[in-house]
Amino acid sequence: MITRIRSRFGPEIVAVVLLLLAFGFSAFREPRFLDAEYLFDRSTLYMEAGILALSMTFVIIAGHIDLSVTSILALVGAICTTLVSKYGLPPVAMIIIAPVVGGALGALNGLLVSKGKLPSLVVTLATMALFRGVAQILLGDHSLPMPKELVGIHKIQLPGTYFHVPMVLLTILAVVAAGVLHRTVWGRWVTALGTNAEAARHAGIPTGKILIQLFTLSGVAAGIGSMLMLSRLGVARFDHARGLELDVITAVVLGGASIFGGRGTIVGTITALGLVGVVQTGMGVAGVKAEVQVAVIGLLLIVSVLFSNFTARKRGR
Amino acid sequence: MTSAAVSPVSGEVILSASHISMRFGPVEVLADISVELRAGEVHALLGENGAGKSTLAKILGGVYKPVAGKLALLGNEITLSGPRDAAAKGIALIHQEPLTFPDLSVAENIFIGRQPTKAGRIDWAKMRQDAEKYLAALGVTLDVSAPVRGLSVADRQMIELASALSLNAKVLILDETTASLTPGEVKKLSAVLDRLKAEGKAIAFIGHRMEEIFSICDRISVLRDGLKVGETLRTETNVDAILRWMVGRDVHHLVERGEPKLGDVALDVNGLTRKPRFADISLSVKAGEIVGLAGLVGAGRTDVLRAIFGLDTVDSGLVAVVGTKLVHHDPARAMEAGVALVPEDRQQHGVLMPQSIWENGSLAIMPRLAKLGLVDDKTARQKSAEGTQRLAVKMRDDEQAIRELSGGNQQKVVIGKWLLTNPKVLLLDEPTRGIDVGAKAEVHRVIVELAQSGLAVLMVSSDLPEVLALSDRVLVMRGGQIVSTFDRKDATAEGIIAAASGATLAEVTA
Amino acid sequence: MKKLLARRELSLVLAIILIVGVAIALQPRFASEQNIRSILLWVPLLAVAAMGQTAVIITRGIDVSVGSILGLAGMTTAILLRDYPQLGVGGAAVIGIGLGALLGAINGGMIAFAKVPPIVATLGTLGIYRGLTFIVSGGRQVDDYQLPKDLMNWSLEGPALLSKVPFINSIPWVVWIALLVMILSHLGMTYTRYGRDVYALGGNPDAAALRGIPVNFVTFMAYVLCGIGGGFAGVLYASRYGTVNPSGIGNGFELQVIAAVVIGGVSVFGGTGGAPGVALSCLLLGVVNVALSVLAIADTWQMAIYGLVLLVAIVADERFARSARKRAGEAV
Repeated sequence: MITRIRSRFGPEIVAVVLLLLAFGFSAFREPRFLDAEYLFDRSTLYMEAGILALSMTFVIIAGHIDLSVTSILALVGAICTTLVSKYGLPPVAMIIIAPVVGGALGALNGLLVSKGKLPSLVVTLATMALFRGVAQILLGDHSLPMPKELVGIHKIQLPGTYFHVPMVLLTILAVVAAGVLHRTVWGRWVTALGTNAEAARHAGIPTGKILIQLFTLSGVAAGIGSMLMLSRLGVARFDHARGLELDVITAVVLGGASIFGGRGTIVGTITALGLVGVVQTGMGVAGVKAEVQVAVIGLLLIVSVLFSNFTARKRGR
Repeated sequence: MTSAAVSPVSGEVILSASHISMRFGPVEVLADISVELRAGEVHALLGENGAGKSTLAKILGGVYKPVAGKLALLGNEITLSGPRDAAAKGIALIHQEPLTFPDLSVAENIFIGRQPTKAGRIDWAKMRQDAEKYLAALGVTLDVSAPVRGLSVADRQMIELASALSLNAKVLILDETTASLTPGEVKKLSAVLDRLKAEGKAIAFIGHRMEEIFSICDRISVLRDGLKVGETLRTETNVDAILRWMVGRDVHHLVERGEPKLGDVALDVNGLTRKPRFADISLSVKAGEIVGLAGLVGAGRTDVLRAIFGLDTVDSGLVAVVGTKLVHHDPARAMEAGVALVPEDRQQHGVLMPQSIWENGSLAIMPRLAKLGLVDDKTARQKSAEGTQRLAVKMRDDEQAIRELSGGNQQKVVIGKWLLTNPKVLLLDEPTRGIDVGAKAEVHRVIVELAQSGLAVLMVSSDLPEVLALSDRVLVMRGGQIVSTFDRKDATAEGIIAAASGATLAEVTA
Repeated sequence: MKKLLARRELSLVLAIILIVGVAIALQPRFASEQNIRSILLWVPLLAVAAMGQTAVIITRGIDVSVGSILGLAGMTTAILLRDYPQLGVGGAAVIGIGLGALLGAINGGMIAFAKVPPIVATLGTLGIYRGLTFIVSGGRQVDDYQLPKDLMNWSLEGPALLSKVPFINSIPWVVWIALLVMILSHLGMTYTRYGRDVYALGGNPDAAALRGIPVNFVTFMAYVLCGIGGGFAGVLYASRYGTVNPSGIGNGFELQVIAAVVIGGVSVFGGTGGAPGVALSCLLLGVVNVALSVLAIADTWQMAIYGLVLLVAIVADERFARSARKRAGEAV
C-alpha cells in the first residue's frame, strides 16, 4: 500500500517536503519566520493568488490553461470601482458584481475555446492583453480608490486568532474545491476530460459545456480575487496582479498537477502556494529585488515540469 | 535514374526475414516468422485481424525492431534503426493512410527532407521535374505544384510510391494499401504494381480481400495468431484453401447464433444524411436482433454509428430509440434513451489509459450512481466488478491501470462499462479488432447473449466470418449509402464483398 | 498554397492602405515626415524579432520570452558599450546577437529535448531572463549619454562607408538591416531544407518524424532563431533609444511580436504562413501605432487593441482553415 500511496501522491509528497525544507531554511535565516503573527501577516499577500490557483488547478487538470486570470482580476477591479465612483453603485453591490463580471469575462474565454474550437493557450494570451488593455483604457495610469468601507478586509481577524478573513475564505474555498474535484461527478468529468477529451466525449461526458463552465469558474475566482486585492491595497489599478499568473501556474504545477492534464490535487496546489510564498518572503527579507524573485519563480516552474517529466518517463508512461 | 547497385535478377531474394518474433509488453504478436521477398514478385501476407501481418510489415519497413530474428538484404544481414534507415537501404513502406503534409505541394511531399539543391539552395524547378518523372514511371499524372490537401487516398499513396522510387527502393511493402480504395483505384494500383514488378522490385502486399490477392499477387503467405501457417504460389491454391489457413476452422461455425427472439423495433433510423460522409441512411434494428453493417473502409459505417450516438451532427434525418426521438442530440441524451457505443479505436476513444479498471468500468454509469452530485465510489467499484466478472476479464485487481491489460481484456472492460447503463441499443464498431482469437470467441459469445436477452445490436465489422456468424441481417454500405441487404440465409462472403466493392459477383469469384 | 498566401498578403496591403487613408482623412498631419520616420524606426525592431517567432509558431510552438531576450541582450549590449567602448558597435552587436542565440538555445533545449511544453518553458524564462537583466545591470539604467555616439548614429545612418550613397542615406539604416533580415528569412524558409523541414514539422508532426526529419533539431533551431531575432532586436533597441532601463526594456514586447506573426498569416495550428506576410503585418502594426497617436488616441488603448486584433486574427484563421478543410472534403 505504501508504494501505491507513493506512486499516486508522489508529487504532492515532494511538495510538502520542499515546503518543510524551505520553511526550515528560512526560519533558520530569519527568526521572524517562527513568529505566528508575522507569518499570518505575510500570508495576506498570497490569498488572491491562492484563490486563482484553486480554479487554475481545475483548468490545468482539464488539459487547458488560462493566462488571462490576472487580467480579469484587474479589469473587474477597474469596472467595479468605476461603477461606484462614476455611476453611484452602492459599494456593497461590488461584492456581488465582481464575481459575476469575472464570470462573464471567463465565459467569453470558454465560448471561444469550446464553441470556437480554439486552443486555450492562444485565446487566453489574446484576452490577457485585451482585458488588461480595457482596464488600462478605463483607469489610465491612475489609481482609483476603493470605497473606504470595503478596504482592509485582511485586517479583520477571527477573534482570538491571527486568521484573517481572506485566509478563512481561502480555506473554505479550498475545502470546497477539493470536495468538488475528488468527490463530485463534475470533478471526475474534468479529470476525464484532461486525460482524454475524445474518450470522455464518447462516454457521454458533455465536454463542451464543461469547458465553458471551467473558464467561467476561472473568471469568477478572478472576480473574488479582485475584491480581496482591492480591499488589501485600497485602490484599483490596471496593472494589478500583472505577472501573478506565473506564480499561480507555478503553484499548480509544483503542487503535482500534470501540465498535460489528467492529474492534480488541491492539497498539492495549496502546499506549493505556501512554498512559493515562503520562498518569496524569504527572498524579500534577504533583500532580493522583485525582478530577481520573478526569475526564481520562473526557475521553480521549469524545474517542477522537468522533474515531473523525468519521473513520468521512469514510470514508463 | 541510374542506380549504382546492380539490378536484381528476377526471382532473386532481395529481403528476407528469418525467425522473427515480436512482443508488445507481455503480449507476443509474432512467433518464429520467416518470409522472403523476391525480385519481380508480389508476395501477399494474409491473415485475419490481429494475425500479425501489419506488425510484420512494420518490422520489414523498419518501424519496429523484432525481439528475435534477423533481416537480410541481398543475403547480407542488416538491422534497421528506423523507417529512414530502411528507406536509405531501399526498403519503402507504403501506408494505408499515407502520411502527407497537407499544405505542401505534391512535389515537396515526395522529396521532403531531401529536396534537390543547386549551389546550396533548393532547386524547385528540378524538384517539380523529378516529381513528374517518378509519377510518370508509375503511370500517374498529378499537378505537382498543387497542395496535397484534398487529394484522395489513392493519389496520396502514389505520392508515397513516387517517393519510394526516388529513393531507389528495391523493396516495397504495401500495408493494407487497398483498404480505403474504390475498385477503380484498386485496378490502377494493380497496373502500377505490374510495372514495378517488371522492373524487378520485390513487393510485399498486406491485405485481406481475396479477390485482390488472387488478381494481384504471385505468392501467398498466411499468418494466423502470430504464426505462419502456410506459404504457396497463387497458381497452386484457391480461395477456400487460403480461407481455411486464415481461420483455421470452418468459417461458419465460430459461434452458435441460435434462433433469434425478435421483439419490437428498438432502433429506427430514417434518411440520415451527413455530407460528404453518408446520405439517406435508413435502417431498423429490432430488439433481440443482430444487424451487421459491412463495407470497405471509408464507406461511412463508423460515421453512421457516430451520428446515431450523437457524436456528430447530421444534415438531416431522424433517429428514434424505442419511440424516443433523438434530434440534434449529444451522446448524453443518446445514453439516456438507451443507446451505447463501443468505439472502433479503443486507445483513443474507448478507454482512459492511465486510469484504473474500475474507474474505466464505471465511467458511464458514474453520474447515475451519484447522490446529489457526489460520487459513490463504493457502488461504482461493485458495479464495475460485476461487469468484469461477467465478461471474465483477466486482471490482477481492479485498481490496475487499464493500459496494462491486453487488447481483448480492455475491450471487455469497455463493453462491460456500457452494459452497466442497461442499454436497449448496442452499437459496436469493430468489436474484435486487435483481439486474440480466444478473447474474440468470448466477445462473440457475449454479443449473442446480449441479443438473446433483448438488446438490439448494430455491429460494424470488417471481419467477414464474424459478420456472417453473428448477423441476422447484413447491410452493406458503399460510398456512404446502403447498397445491399442480405438475410442470414442468403448472406455469403462473396456476395458481401461484391456489394461492398461494387464489383459483380462474377468478378469476385473469378 | 501560393494562392492562400496571396490572399493574406493582399488583405494586409488593403488594410494598410485603408488605415492610412482613414488616418490621413481624419488628420492630414499623419503623412508628415516625422511620422513616417517614426514608423520606419519602430517597425524594424518588431520585424526582426517577428521573423524568428515565425519559425517557432509554424512548428506549433510559442515563445513568450522574446521580450525578455530583447531586454537582456539589449541591456548587455548597452552595458558593454558603456564600460568597454573599445568593443565598437560591431563587436557589441555580435555579442548581443550571440547572447540571444544562447538564450533561445536554452528555450529550445528544454522544449525539444526535455519535452517541456513551450508555454511553460518560455513563461519561466520570461521571468528568468528579466531577472538576469536586473542582476546584470545592477538595477540601474544605462543612459544614452553614456553610450558611444556611433551606436545611436548607426541605426540612423549606418556605417560610414555607405553614408555617402544618396538613396540609402535618406532612409534610416535600421530599415535596411531589417529588410535584409526579412529577405534572408524568406530565402531561408523557401530555399533551405531546414526551412522546409520547419513547415513539414508544423504541418504534420507524426509524418515528419516518420519521414526522417530530425524533429528535435528542427524544433531546437527554431527557438535559437527566435532568440537571435530577439537578441538582434535588443541591439537595435539600444541603438535606437540609447537609454536602456532594466524593467522597461522589452516589457510586453512578446505580445506585439506574436500578434504580428499571427496577423501576418502564420496559423497557430502550424504549417502555414511566411516571411512576406509577417513583414507586411509589422508594417501594418507600425502604421496603426502612429495612426493612433496622431489621432490623439492615448497609447493606453494600445494593449487592448493588440489583444483584440490578435483575437480576431485567431478566430478568422480558424474559420478560414475550417472552410479550407471542408472544401477539401475532409470531415470538419
